[in-house]
Amino acid sequence: MRLVLAIVLLLLAAAPGSAAPQTMVVGYIGQERTPPLPLGPLDQPVSDDGLQGARLGIADDGGTGRFLGQHFQLEERVLKPGEAPTEAIASLAASGVTFVVADLDAATLNQALAAPGADKMLLFNSRAPDDALRQQHCRKNLLHTVPSRAMLADGLAQYLIWKRWQHWFLLVGPHPADEALAAALRRAATHFGAEIVVDKPWTFRPANGRADTGHVTLQTEIPAATQVGDYDVLVVADEADEFGAYLEGRTALPRPVAGTQGIVATGWSAVNEEWGATQLQDRFRKQAGRWMTAYDYAGWLAVRSVGEAATRLRSLDASAITAYLRSDDFLLAGFKGQGLSFRSWDGQMRQPILIAGPRLLVSSSPQPGFLHQRTPLDTLGIDLEESACRS
Amino acid sequence: MQVVIPILLSVLIIAGPAAAETIYVSNEQDNTVAVVEGASMSLSTAINVGRRPRGMALSVDRKLLFVAVGDDNRIDIVDLAKRQVTGQLPSGVDPEFFVVHPDGKRLFVANENDNLVSVVDIASAKVIGTVDVGVEPEGMAVSADGHYVACTSETTSMVHLIDAGTLDLVDNLLVDTRPRAASFSPDGKQLWVSSEIRGTVTVFDTTSRAEAGKVQFEVPGIRREGVQAVGIEMTRDGATAYVALGPANRIAEVDTRTLAVRRLYLVGQRPWHVALSDDQKRLVSANGNSGDISFIDLEDEAVVKSVPVGRGPWGVVIGP
Repeated sequence: MRLVLAIVLLLLAAAPGSAAPQTMVVGYIGQERTPPLPLGPLDQPVSDDGLQGARLGIADDGGTGRFLGQHFQLEERVLKPGEAPTEAIASLAASGVTFVVADLDAATLNQALAAPGADKMLLFNSRAPDDALRQQHCRKNLLHTVPSRAMLADGLAQYLIWKRWQHWFLLVGPHPADEALAAALRRAATHFGAEIVVDKPWTFRPANGRADTGHVTLQTEIPAATQVGDYDVLVVADEADEFGAYLEGRTALPRPVAGTQGIVATGWSAVNEEWGATQLQDRFRKQAGRWMTAYDYAGWLAVRSVGEAATRLRSLDASAITAYLRSDDFLLAGFKGQGLSFRSWDGQMRQPILIAGPRLLVSSSPQPGFLHQRTPLDTLGIDLEESACRS
Repeated sequence: MQVVIPILLSVLIIAGPAAAETIYVSNEQDNTVAVVEGASMSLSTAINVGRRPRGMALSVDRKLLFVAVGDDNRIDIVDLAKRQVTGQLPSGVDPEFFVVHPDGKRLFVANENDNLVSVVDIASAKVIGTVDVGVEPEGMAVSADGHYVACTSETTSMVHLIDAGTLDLVDNLLVDTRPRAASFSPDGKQLWVSSEIRGTVTVFDTTSRAEAGKVQFEVPGIRREGVQAVGIEMTRDGATAYVALGPANRIAEVDTRTLAVRRLYLVGQRPWHVALSDDQKRLVSANGNSGDISFIDLEDEAVVKSVPVGRGPWGVVIGP
C-alpha cells in the first residue's frame, strides 16, 4: 500500500516539466427536483441538497490547500427536469474537468456515463443507491460515495439482529425503488438470520396527513393496514416518504418501526454528533442554513476524496489522483469513527451505516460480532466474492 | 505496637509519592471531574464543572486545575484544595484541548469550531490573541522552553507550529489523516503527532521540521481501522512514550530512540488520554467507552486496577 504511494510520488517527481496546475476544478451535476410534499409541519423542503455538501467539501479541501498552494473550485451544473446530462458533461469536459460529482438518479447517471467526454472523467455517484450500478452496470470511471441499498439493508439488519428483533413484518411501497429496497432487505434477512414473517405491499392511496383532522383517517387506516400475525419489528420500504411516517404509534400491534422511517438506516443524519461530527454539522449549518442530509454528505465525501488524494500526493495531477483513490493506501476521515476507502471490486466507498432515530443517533453498523476476513465494513453490501462487477 | 508503627511509617515513606498524588479525570458525558486518590486507587468525589469537559491542565504552581468545558465555550478553574470551581476563563468558541505555557501566565486553546488558537491571559481573564490555523484544531503542545506551541487540525491533517512570543505561524506540517494529539520531547528536539484514522504517530525534527520517523502500531487480531492513535505522554527522561490506541483498547509503550513498540497494555474500552505519575512509575488511562480509568504499574509492566469514574472519561491529569 505504501508502495503505491511511493511509486506514484516517484512518477510525479520523474515526469519532467509536469508542473501541475495549482487550481483543481471539481465538476458537479445535479438535477432540479420537485421537493416531496412535506408530511408534517416540522419538515423543511430542501431544494439544494447534495449541492451544499459538495460546496462544503470544496471549503474543507481549501483548508489544507491554502497551506499547500492548492486551490479548489466547484463548477456547478443543475439540470432542468427531464434534461439530459450530455451538454453538462460536454461543457465540463471542455473546461478540462476530470472529477465530477454526479448528484443524479440512476437513469440520468447512466446517460452521463454514456455521454461523449465522460470516458476521460471520474464520476462520483452521490445520489443513486441502485445496486445494479455497482454490479452489472459498474464502470471503471465510476465511484460511489452514497451507500448502496444492499449496504443500508445490511446495516439495518445487523442492528435488528443485535437487538434480537428477528421476526420482521416487511411493508413495501408501490414504487420500483421500494421494491428494490425490499429485495435488499430480503437478501439481508437471509444473510444475517432474520425471518420475514409477513411480506406485504402498501396498497393504500397516498393520503394527505396535513388535512384538518387528518389523524382521524390515519387512526383507522393504519391499524387496518397492519392487521397481521405477530412479529418483532415492522420494516418499511418507502423511499419516497409517502406513508412510512404514518406507521409509528399507529400499528395494530405495539411494535417499533424501522427502515426508511422510524429507526432509519442511512449514510448520514443530522442527529449524528459523534466522532467529531459536531464541527462538520456546525460548518454545514452555518453555510447552508439547514441540516445536512445523506445526499449532502455523499457530495461532501466525493469532493473531500479528491482533496484528500491531492493532499497526500501533494499534487493536483488528475491521473495520479485517480490511481491513488482506488489504491489501498487511500483513507478518508468521514466523521463516522473510522477511515473510509473505496472497494477495489466495484468502486463503492466502504463506510459505517448510521442507525438514526428522529432526535438521536441509535447506533452505527457494522455491529459488534459481525466478523469478516478483511474488514468488518465489508459485512455491509456486496462483497468481493459475490460481486457481479466485471469492468 | 511500638515496633509496628515505625514499620508502618517506613512503608508509607517508601510509598510516598504515589500515596500523595491525586488523579483527575474529565467525564465529558457527566459534566464532572472525577477525583481518584492515588494511594488507594479509589474514587473519592466528583467535582461539578461546565458542559462537556475534555482537555485539562494544572497551573504551574499545581494549585489549580483548568478544565475546558466545550459546550459552555469557556475554561473552568478548579481550586484543588477546595475541590470546586472557583472561577472561569474565556477561551473562544468550543475549546477542546489547551496547554498552559511554561511562563504560567497564558493558556493556548484550540477552538475546534472556529479554526483558531486563542491565547488567554490568566491574570486578566482575557483573550489576548488569536492565531488562524487549519480546520478543526484539536491537539495542543508547548515546548519546555516555551518557544513553540504546536496545534493539530483534524480535517486539514496538519500540525501548525506557532511562535509563542510573536504568535506567528512558523510552519505547517502535513501529517497523517485526522491528527489528534501533539507532544514535544522534553529536550524540545522532536515533535510527536498522533493520527487517529491512520493509526500512526509521526515524529518531526523541530529544527529542520523534516519527518524523522513514524511509529506504526499493530494489534494482533484488530484490523487497521480499529487501531487509532490518540493521546501521547512522554516520560521526563524522554526515553519512552505512551500512546493511547482508542478503539483497540490498548496503550502502546514506544521506545523513542528506535520508534519500536515495546509492549501493549490492555486497558478499558476506547482510551483517549494517558498521564504519568510524578515518580514516573505509574500510568493512568481514561477509557471513554467503559467509563473507567486503568492503572498501569510500569515497574511490574501490568495493569493493576480499573476504577469506574463516570460516563465518558476523556482527559486525565495527575496532580498533588
